[in-house]
Amino acid sequence: MTSARADDAAPSAPSRTVLDADAIRRAVRRMAHEILERHAGAADLVLMGVHTRGVPLARRLAHDVAQIEQATVPVGALDVALYRDDYARIGPRPLERTHFPVDTEGRTVVLVDDVLYTGRTVRAAMEAVIAEGRPAAIELAVLVDRGHRELPVRADYVGKNLPTSAGEVVRVRLEEHDGVDAVSIERP
Amino acid sequence: MMTQDQIALDERPAGAGLSHLLDVDALGADQITAILDAARTFQQLAARPIKKVPTLRGRTVCNLFFEDSTRTRVSFEIAAKRLSADVLNFSAKGSSVSKGESLKDTALTLQAMGVDAIVVRHHAAGAPHQLTRWVDAHVLNAGDGRHQHPTQALLDLFTIREHFGQLDGLHVAVIGDVLHSRVARSLVQGLRTMSAGVTVVGPPTLLPLAVGQWDVDVSHDLDPVLGKADVVYLLRVQHERMSEQFIPSVREYARLWGMDGRRLRRLSEHAVIMHPGPMNRGVELTADVADAPNALIARQVANGVAVRMSCLYLMLGGERA
Repeated sequence: MTSARADDAAPSAPSRTVLDADAIRRAVRRMAHEILERHAGAADLVLMGVHTRGVPLARRLAHDVAQIEQATVPVGALDVALYRDDYARIGPRPLERTHFPVDTEGRTVVLVDDVLYTGRTVRAAMEAVIAEGRPAAIELAVLVDRGHRELPVRADYVGKNLPTSAGEVVRVRLEEHDGVDAVSIERP
Repeated sequence: MMTQDQIALDERPAGAGLSHLLDVDALGADQITAILDAARTFQQLAARPIKKVPTLRGRTVCNLFFEDSTRTRVSFEIAAKRLSADVLNFSAKGSSVSKGESLKDTALTLQAMGVDAIVVRHHAAGAPHQLTRWVDAHVLNAGDGRHQHPTQALLDLFTIREHFGQLDGLHVAVIGDVLHSRVARSLVQGLRTMSAGVTVVGPPTLLPLAVGQWDVDVSHDLDPVLGKADVVYLLRVQHERMSEQFIPSVREYARLWGMDGRRLRRLSEHAVIMHPGPMNRGVELTADVADAPNALIARQVANGVAVRMSCLYLMLGGERA
């Protein structure tokens, strides 16, 4: 993903926190409300988190949906490495487990990722979902939309729009992976 | 400036960037682990309605077989096709050209056609290595003479790890014609790299002289080894060895080195039986052993495709240095 790992940033890199733990919690909560509002409930939804940080975000959305509507939404995980368009250029990436919790036929699949940037990961994710079956619709929820799209992709649910320059790195840290919740912009 | 590409390079698995797969000895534990880890994903893919992924779209893999081996060739072919590579099968058997010359000519032809990977089986040890000098393509050794059969060893390691959850600390008895077996050479190296213990078991005539330098235990008696083995790995008896008088008779081989119901009962409760195939029922093992619930022989075959997909995936991506 576009977010860098903790050890990628030089210690002296100027870093600006744009979302703290409370802001992330509120953004996820609002997205859960928006998903329920658009679908008039949680029936026939599947949340598919895109590895790595989309997976805990999808679980959080499902948790909030359950609190708001007392409804259970199945949560799955998607690894898109085998569907990416940069394999020939960059090479293999580590493969994570892909898991579809239910048959997607006739359901709306909501892809969940941390950062929306070029749109290439989302394109690969759509291909991975369609390889598994034919959902009624695919939607996209992202914690951060940082712009600079290279494909005609847009998100249906956005936690925060974050104008960035291409030289900046948006770093998303989540409790489940990084021990802390924070979104920051770094200029290496 | 840090770019998205550099981040991706940072996350590359240890097996990535491997140019050729010739020899298990050349693989480190981290590379073997990366190959086995990726194979787990490809194994899951085999259970899905669409078993194919677009990863190797536009790449060409050539299966170049100078020796017959339907199962290995088919396994590689399925692996490449499930990754969306174009596959061409080049069977060079029966060529009237002298062997060395014909390998080079074939290599140059494939080079001119622009294949990206060559899967080669050859009766001469070192032929795959020789091939790497003539072509730019990635070379995967699918068995060369008595030398190596790395993907067989990797699928065996995968199968053992799948069953036991780990390789470290297990004890594997490799039984039979070790002398002529490329499978044994590759497997023993892989097991040692992954910190599994090995006892090589067979008659002195069928063990290589160099076995003393292999960092394994050696036994010329099967029965004492059975109780402590977690894995009993039976090597195939190649019938041409009979005429070469390495073993007195098939019946004697079966009596001394074969797994039968009596020996099966002497194994520890959790032990498993493996065989690289094709099996000679009644020689290396009796039919009831081959069909026993703790025989992993069918798993080995199924896992072969996933492990070969993993090797192709890790090797063929990215721009060549």
